Amino acid sequence: MKYQVDERGYYGKFGGAFIPEMLYPNVEELRTNYVSIIESEDFKKEFDDLLRNYVGRPTPLFLAERLSEKYKAKIYLKREDLCHTGAHKINNTIGQILLAKRLGKQKIIAETGAGQHGVATATVCALMGMECIVYMGKLDMERQRPNVERMRILGTKVVPAISGNMTLKDATNEAMRHWINHPTDTHYIIGSVVGPHPYPDMVARFQSVISQEIKNQLTNETGNPFPDYVIACVGGGSNAAGAFYHFLDDEHVNLIGVEAAGKGVDTNESAATTALGKIGILHGSKSLLMQTEDGQVIEPYSISAGLDYPGIGPMHAHLFSTGRVQFLNATDDEAMNAGIELSRLEGIIPAIESAHAVAVLKKLELSDEDIVVVNLSGRGDKDLETYIKWGKY
Amino acid sequence: MNRITHLFSSKAENILSVFYTAGFPNLSDTISIARELERAGADIIEIGIPFSDPVADGPVIQESNKIALDNGMNLKLLLKQVKEIRQEAKLPIILMGYLNPVLQYGIEKFCSDAAQAGVDGVILPDLPLHEFENEYKSCFEKNGLLNIFLISPTTSESRIREIDAASKGFIYSVSASSTTGAKGSFSEDQVAYFKRLQSLKLKNPQLIGFGISNYESFAIASKYSSGAIIGSAFIQFLKSVSDFKLEMASFINSLRARA
Repeated sequence: MKYQVDERGYYGKFGGAFIPEMLYPNVEELRTNYVSIIESEDFKKEFDDLLRNYVGRPTPLFLAERLSEKYKAKIYLKREDLCHTGAHKINNTIGQILLAKRLGKQKIIAETGAGQHGVATATVCALMGMECIVYMGKLDMERQRPNVERMRILGTKVVPAISGNMTLKDATNEAMRHWINHPTDTHYIIGSVVGPHPYPDMVARFQSVISQEIKNQLTNETGNPFPDYVIACVGGGSNAAGAFYHFLDDEHVNLIGVEAAGKGVDTNESAATTALGKIGILHGSKSLLMQTEDGQVIEPYSISAGLDYPGIGPMHAHLFSTGRVQFLNATDDEAMNAGIELSRLEGIIPAIESAHAVAVLKKLELSDEDIVVVNLSGRGDKDLETYIKWGKY
Repeated sequence: MNRITHLFSSKAENILSVFYTAGFPNLSDTISIARELERAGADIIEIGIPFSDPVADGPVIQESNKIALDNGMNLKLLLKQVKEIRQEAKLPIILMGYLNPVLQYGIEKFCSDAAQAGVDGVILPDLPLHEFENEYKSCFEKNGLLNIFLISPTTSESRIREIDAASKGFIYSVSASSTTGAKGSFSEDQVAYFKRLQSLKLKNPQLIGFGISNYESFAIASKYSSGAIIGSAFIQFLKSVSDFKLEMASFINSLRARA
């Protein structure tokens, strides 16, 4: 358990809860209750039931034969793209809304970048009949119009964040401000393994169903629960946290996180936090953060709206600094090519976020016997515009 | 003696603390605003260290942060400016900001440079009590800097007592569950909170902040505490006048005397 959060809310030197006093009661309420709620039989039953019958879990573990042939290894795709709403994000929103209900909250807020977490939140709020407000950068609202409309159809109010660069970081700021102003009746569903403790641990637990299923499915398929590699993309890091979770203590499983290099880590347009960031504090936790020498947060860039966050979750910062997870990155070009390749070889158009994970297959020295699991975190429907603009297919 | 401690030992009521963002509206205004405020009779100045992501602030202070950063303000330059302010200024100077710029500056270096420049206290809203006590307290104490903690209407009594025990100087009492910003008047709930706080008989004096904008709100806050902090309304004043030097005295007077 040496990679899990400690009782102070830290992963090694990363984590904590750096929040203004106005949020202390809310975060403290969560901190003191989340484990007992999540581990209660009644919660587990409702959570598991919704994951099975509403989300469509377990998601398949698909042996991608043509991709395997190309990269000379046995490559499985964990099909999170087949979850209801099209990505892994809903695993977490189901968990958090059940938790919010048990804490007696009536209203839900969330931030969203590409809109996947916003849609997943709007969806569970509709399901549970709860009022929902999603903050989204004004620029992202223009770039991701279909997801804005999906949220509105689901009855959610989408509020544009008009501060800063009007993207995910600013939407998160606005959601936190809203929470400061509405501390008693509102639960904030954070979409990634970021934010003050206990959010990173809570979100990782809800997403850990991914690696639990991989273990079960591999055992059924091969008789061995352990793959040689698990590969997942990392923006804030929720799908990676879920895909790695039950393998963290099995050190013989190579865990690979893939960040968005944007136009290249040597350009000023990148989102590769482990390559470019240093220790800092944003949105309530101490982690690796892309920032100037003066400690001002730098706006990251990636073609993928789900990966352009200036930090990573504290758990990932710890996994990076201990060397437990190897962090690689893929440029816009590499990710787009990988997305097209997966479409052609397997008939699966991946989300551009997930295409980053596929893109590093060619960077690994794989052998025929290696069993590789790529976490396909989302589907590409939302990215059609970007694929079309890209044009090289 | 620390100037904050000295102030509260010599004056128990109607203390006016004024917040403004360093480097706003222009880079060098940090210095002239401080001088004018002292001349106009402010008791404390709180200078904001601009940050790219001020999550506890409303739109007015957010905008001033952005403009200050665009003007080229940073912590290193701010400490130089404070040194210059301190050549003449007698009043307590507090720096207020978010933790990350301080962390990047280096906490040891920050404490020693700030104290040398003439800073008396620091307010870092995203530095919670136990983190302060674990990692920062000794450095603050070594340099004679006071760390000012916040409490709000949702802070439990036991936590208020804990914060009171850990505080020196004064406690920053946030008037409502909200981000910073001028509201005009206080609700009954807020006044009830002020009364409750007053009845706790804390060892530290309190200043009430957030939502102070005029004579009425300053007077009510001062009735239930040692005084008040004005921020967003002062930033708005700076934005609205063509020459703040000419208007400073009347602005400060308008808070202390009914128009």
